[in-house]
Amino acid sequence: MLRLLHIEFIKLWNNRVSRILIISYFVLLTSIALVAAIKFDIGPIKFHLAEQGIFNFPYIWHFNTFVTAFFKLFLAIVIVSMMANEYSNKTIKQNLIDGLSKKEFVLSKFLTVISFSLISTLFVFVVSMVLGLIYSDYNELSIIFSDLEFLLAFFVKLMGFFSFCLFLGILVKRSAFALGFLILWQVFEGFVRGMLRWKVFDGDTTDLVMGFFPLNAMWKLIDEPFSRLGAVQSVADQIGEKFEMDYGVHWYEILIVLGWTFLFVYFSYVLLKRRDL
Amino acid sequence: MRQVSINLLKISPILEKILTVNNLTKKFGYLTAVKDLSFSIEKGNVYGILGPNGSGKSTTLGIVLNVVNRSSGEFSWFNGNTSTHEALKKVGAIIERPNFYPYMTAIQNLKLVCKIKEVSDDKIEEKLALVGLLDRKNSKFRTYSLGMKQRLAIASALLNDPEILILDEPTNGLDPQGIHQIREIIKKVASQGTTILLASHLLDEVEKVCSHVVILRKGQKLYSGRVDGLMASHGFFELKSGNTDSLLAFLKSNPSFSKVTTNGNGLITAFLSEEMNSEVLNRTLMEKGIVLSHLVKRKESLEEQFLALTKNEAK
Repeated sequence: MLRLLHIEFIKLWNNRVSRILIISYFVLLTSIALVAAIKFDIGPIKFHLAEQGIFNFPYIWHFNTFVTAFFKLFLAIVIVSMMANEYSNKTIKQNLIDGLSKKEFVLSKFLTVISFSLISTLFVFVVSMVLGLIYSDYNELSIIFSDLEFLLAFFVKLMGFFSFCLFLGILVKRSAFALGFLILWQVFEGFVRGMLRWKVFDGDTTDLVMGFFPLNAMWKLIDEPFSRLGAVQSVADQIGEKFEMDYGVHWYEILIVLGWTFLFVYFSYVLLKRRDL
Repeated sequence: MRQVSINLLKISPILEKILTVNNLTKKFGYLTAVKDLSFSIEKGNVYGILGPNGSGKSTTLGIVLNVVNRSSGEFSWFNGNTSTHEALKKVGAIIERPNFYPYMTAIQNLKLVCKIKEVSDDKIEEKLALVGLLDRKNSKFRTYSLGMKQRLAIASALLNDPEILILDEPTNGLDPQGIHQIREIIKKVASQGTTILLASHLLDEVEKVCSHVVILRKGQKLYSGRVDGLMASHGFFELKSGNTDSLLAFLKSNPSFSKVTTNGNGLITAFLSEEMNSEVLNRTLMEKGIVLSHLVKRKESLEEQFLALTKNEAK
């Protein structure tokens, strides 16, 4: 397993573009800390974002995992191109001839996906922990370590998304087209949602059905955290509006994304196995 | 000392089969690229797979190298004791164009190959020296010329000191100097006792290097065996005489000749059915009063054999 990871590491790290993208991704993950620096001090209006409660435990787990998940697009490019380049350079052929089995080949890519997801999760954990310890109003251990399921959801979300990218890379064989396909798929899911809601189901059933589509399932893993913010809640209270939302991470949502992850990796393997190179 | 032990291995009485191919067939849609092909490769010989373009050479190699799926039939490496991808770690192969990561240097690329083949990377410098690329070892692959790329591919294929080296059209697209360099490397490797399988449509290449040959045409095997077995004919005479008629009469009545043909300008070609040297023929003809103006004894080249073989089958 370490051998496969090492092989993939050599391929990625020696590629300047991948290296720059990977480094920028992790810099961006850290940059969430910069949000803390947002501070307005214009005469009577004093606003310091970090003190609005976004860095309070355990809310910070929710907020940070939601926001940093957007940066995954950087790694998506890396993953799609690491797969598609193997085709355009025909190095996949050489790898197989040199004695890598097709299973090992897909596994080495998937292990890379897992590593990226795991390292990202650790990164977010550490950054959030530090920010929380600085700015959080609550510092009891039991509160700090509650709601950690958001980190699990974050990990699963990234892994599922990257596996999708991996599959597209193998399916389309060209990085630009594969990324195009990804966007197209997003549009497609939106279209299906629109059609279902318009013609077939009511709102709740549409949500339920859409929950089974890969990108939607990943999106729903971590709900938007903003309406949960204390400040927003109090404003809503004042205008007599009440948010009744369930922000939790649900086991079936995780299961659906894990299912997709498995299918993407499995179909990557099947596709590779059936193809003549 | 090492040389001695290698030689001992070579004369061991067990005939070790490196690759066995049985009834292999590959169809691409309606096209049958390889049809019911069987052959085997034994340790220590240099094999050639010969055939015109599109005869199924690369497809056959692709199948045994795990990159093309077979339609039916079987193949097994090393008597079938290991899985294909494990076996390939003991094989060195380059097929068609050399494929490496363009953004990596020669050294980095070879280190990666070592990792895949699970061998230590202390032979990299040695192999780069063998193919004459040591001074460019830190240049990126994309800066290499085609000849250098091909030589790097050979170095890469040799990293694990393979049991068998498989080369598919290794000199394709190279300039004469590049072709010469590649052939010298192949000869050097062959002289060290490595089994070689060389696919080519260039006959003189196979003739110069190989001891055994498999000839393919449209995916079917026409011949497989020793190169000198293919050329086992006794050769032929080219004769010219002022007295053409009596010469023809003599040749046709003599059982030593299987076939006699004439062409327009009086040149007679007489194919031998048994061994006879030109001195004997000349003396006999002199005794009969037939004086020759032209006498040459020739053997068919592999090229002529090959063309004859492929032409016969085409009918």
